[in-house]
Amino acid sequence: MGYLVDIFLIAVGAALINNFVLYYFVGICPFIGVSRRVDMALGMGGAVTFVISIAAFLSWTLTTLVLMPGAPVTRWVAGFFMSADRAATVDLTILTYIVYIFVIASSVQFVEMYVRKFYPQLYKSFGVFLPLITTNCAILFACLVIMSHVVGVDNPAEAWGLGKSLVLGFFGGVGFTIAIVIMAGIREDLDLCDIPESFKGAAITLIIGGILAMAFMGFTGVDSGLRVALGGTP
Amino acid sequence: MTDGPTPTERFIQGILPENPVYRQLLGLCATLAVTNGLKPAMTMAVAVGFVLLSANVIISLIRNLLKPHLRIVVFTLTIAAFVTIVDRFLGAYMYQMSKALGPYIPLIIVNCIIICRCEVCASRQSVFTAAADAVGQTIGFGLALASIAVIRELLGTGMLAGIQVLPAAWPSWVIMVLPPGAFLTFGLLLGLINWVDAVKSAKQGRKG
Repeated sequence: MGYLVDIFLIAVGAALINNFVLYYFVGICPFIGVSRRVDMALGMGGAVTFVISIAAFLSWTLTTLVLMPGAPVTRWVAGFFMSADRAATVDLTILTYIVYIFVIASSVQFVEMYVRKFYPQLYKSFGVFLPLITTNCAILFACLVIMSHVVGVDNPAEAWGLGKSLVLGFFGGVGFTIAIVIMAGIREDLDLCDIPESFKGAAITLIIGGILAMAFMGFTGVDSGLRVALGGTP
Repeated sequence: MTDGPTPTERFIQGILPENPVYRQLLGLCATLAVTNGLKPAMTMAVAVGFVLLSANVIISLIRNLLKPHLRIVVFTLTIAAFVTIVDRFLGAYMYQMSKALGPYIPLIIVNCIIICRCEVCASRQSVFTAAADAVGQTIGFGLALASIAVIRELLGTGMLAGIQVLPAAWPSWVIMVLPPGAFLTFGLLLGLINWVDAVKSAKQGRKG
């Protein structure tokens, strides 16, 4: 029960309360660039959610098995070169960022090739957005959040497992999709409005983003209320 | 490989005419996230500056070895290495600031300014030009961050870099240091700058 409540709260937190775009400002580039039409926004959101889930899976797996201090694979490999005691202290966390960005870039490439080969229909709908995603901060951000809950956690029982990491990644992507689709809907109607010439494009999008962020601030504190309502301890 | 703008041109262009934030709309993630105070904003600008300068110099040195289809990977890995250095440095010497900036330091890796400068300038021009370009872009980025941070911190807390500036009776507009304030301030400033530009070019058009 406690685990399910945790999962549910992580999902709500990632998608609504601490929305990736409107609270953490990650993924702003596509938020401004690809939010002109609702169908394109949905395609971008789908592609990001897809890649972010894969990246969450890979980053959790790599962090736990290879990068963490005392990770099993590293210990096993290092065991060939040094004594078992010293091998247990090998710490590869300094390589985290390089490994993450490499994983993201290569998984985007693989996903693109795979989708193009086996799901041509899907590729048509969001294939063009896939290469752009490598430099989308939302993906790296999700990996970093997962890392912060796996490495250096004081109480080992509180470290995130694969389930929580996947939920964070997937619902972070869902939150991104929600934000970008709302924005695209507003911008479609905005075409009919008389906006001052100098505010057209990015400026008005940012101001609307500010108003949306204010609306999403209404979710602040919902998580502790939900936890109490679901029978957990606040 | 010596054609293209000279170092001085690159340097000047980076500050205002091709300002990375206001003109090219790059690096917005950092721009919006760390401008709730002048201090974090300036730390961010220096961190980005260091990474940009180092990456530009390295890429420019190896530009003749780069294979076209692998260049983006090389850029990203170079940047990631320098970001790790910055992150470790901040963690060791400015622990509070490193906590405050949190994930936004590692997110410099995917800051489009750096990849864009590597692609546009460093992979084509000499080391000196690339370095001048990096310094110019950094100053432009720093100015942009400062302009947003000053407004947000002043209105949000009545302070500048932690020092009380407005009278204590100032009713702090808390919204300005929260996420919505970042969007609003940057949106309004961007519109204002576009408007000033339009007025300027209209005047020049009338004269000519």
